[in-house]
Amino acid sequence: MSDTPDIANKYIEILEKVRDPEIPVLSVLDMGVVRKVEETATGLEVTITPTYSGCPAMDTIEEDILHQFKAHGFKGTKVKTVLYPPWTTDWFSEEAKEKLRKTGIAPPDHSISKADLMGKDTTATCPRCNSKDTSRISEFGSTACKALYKCHACGDPFDYFKCI
Amino acid sequence: MDSYSSYLLRIGDNALILGQRLAEICGHGPVLEEDIALTNISLDLIGQARMAYQRYAELESDVKDEDEIAFKRDSHEFYNCLLVELDNGDFGMTIARQFFFSAFQVPYLEALTQSEDEFLRNFALKSVKEAKYHLKHSAQWMVRLGDGTAESHDRMEESVNKLWPYTGELMIADELDEKARAWGAPDLLEIKKIWSDTVERTLKEATLTIEAPDVWMLRGGKQGNHTEHLGLILAEMQFLQRAYPGLEW
Repeated sequence: MSDTPDIANKYIEILEKVRDPEIPVLSVLDMGVVRKVEETATGLEVTITPTYSGCPAMDTIEEDILHQFKAHGFKGTKVKTVLYPPWTTDWFSEEAKEKLRKTGIAPPDHSISKADLMGKDTTATCPRCNSKDTSRISEFGSTACKALYKCHACGDPFDYFKCI
Repeated sequence: MDSYSSYLLRIGDNALILGQRLAEICGHGPVLEEDIALTNISLDLIGQARMAYQRYAELESDVKDEDEIAFKRDSHEFYNCLLVELDNGDFGMTIARQFFFSAFQVPYLEALTQSEDEFLRNFALKSVKEAKYHLKHSAQWMVRLGDGTAESHDRMEESVNKLWPYTGELMIADELDEKARAWGAPDLLEIKKIWSDTVERTLKEATLTIEAPDVWMLRGGKQGNHTEHLGLILAEMQFLQRAYPGLEW
């Protein structure tokens, strides 16, 4: 499976209605969690991939997808979870990043590389005042995929979506 | 149960038991941020265990799903190393245990990403990204506490020395580890070199000293022989499914 999701246009509208339960400004399409929608003899098969191994939102996302397709008249839809290719924040669209910013979460501001994970502290830009004068409070924030930062310019704490 | 399935349990059990230990801290962390950090690491680990157990359940017809593997085995049927089942102790002890384990897990999983076995490779590609954050987090705390106040230094030094005899088991290969080479698992001696390098570097920066580095390394967990801690962990973790089999939320 490639890095680009394989989803026919007619399913996009339905999947747009499935929101990430922990970051409801984003749909599961914005997140890149849905990888594929296949038509099979018994119904649709939707392939999803977890953001983090232990992401507690996956079960809810699966149920919400089934619910939306059922509401649109698709019977016998199945959801399959795959681990490969592993999810990455590189899959966020610019539009998704803007949505995150507007809700007060700093989006991952650069591409993933080994240096980011092992090397020096990453910088995060404050989603409220755009200052780069920020520091990390904790490597883990309100969910596993975010870190907690503080802005020295406006004084507000904020969540930062970690590059993974 | 064939060797490959046993190996899946070994990988899954390390993650589940450490994940369960960290979950005990939920609501009891020293500060809110660290409470959240440790329970997030717990989630990652339990997620990893779930992946390994799901694969096991696909291969072995005697179990229905991952829950049965987690909740219906007794302590001698768990194959995690002794390190991960030890008490949380104080915050420093919890961090030191995490650091020693993550310093192993990162190079181990990195090597496993080259495996020709599809599940193990995909499992490693997914988990290694998380393990790197766990290592970064715990290494930072090792330095902050070790090179901190006199009190934090002393307590940290006590923790690393208490845990030290349990660190070797991770990298002592037994017959199953040797067999696992065929599925792309790394040579544990090579992993030990990387582990020792990370640990030495971090301990030095943290101004911490291991008093007896060449002490006898305790072992047995990987073969199902555990400390008394594991029974207590399982008693709590498995209570609901033992008392009310098949109960769902």
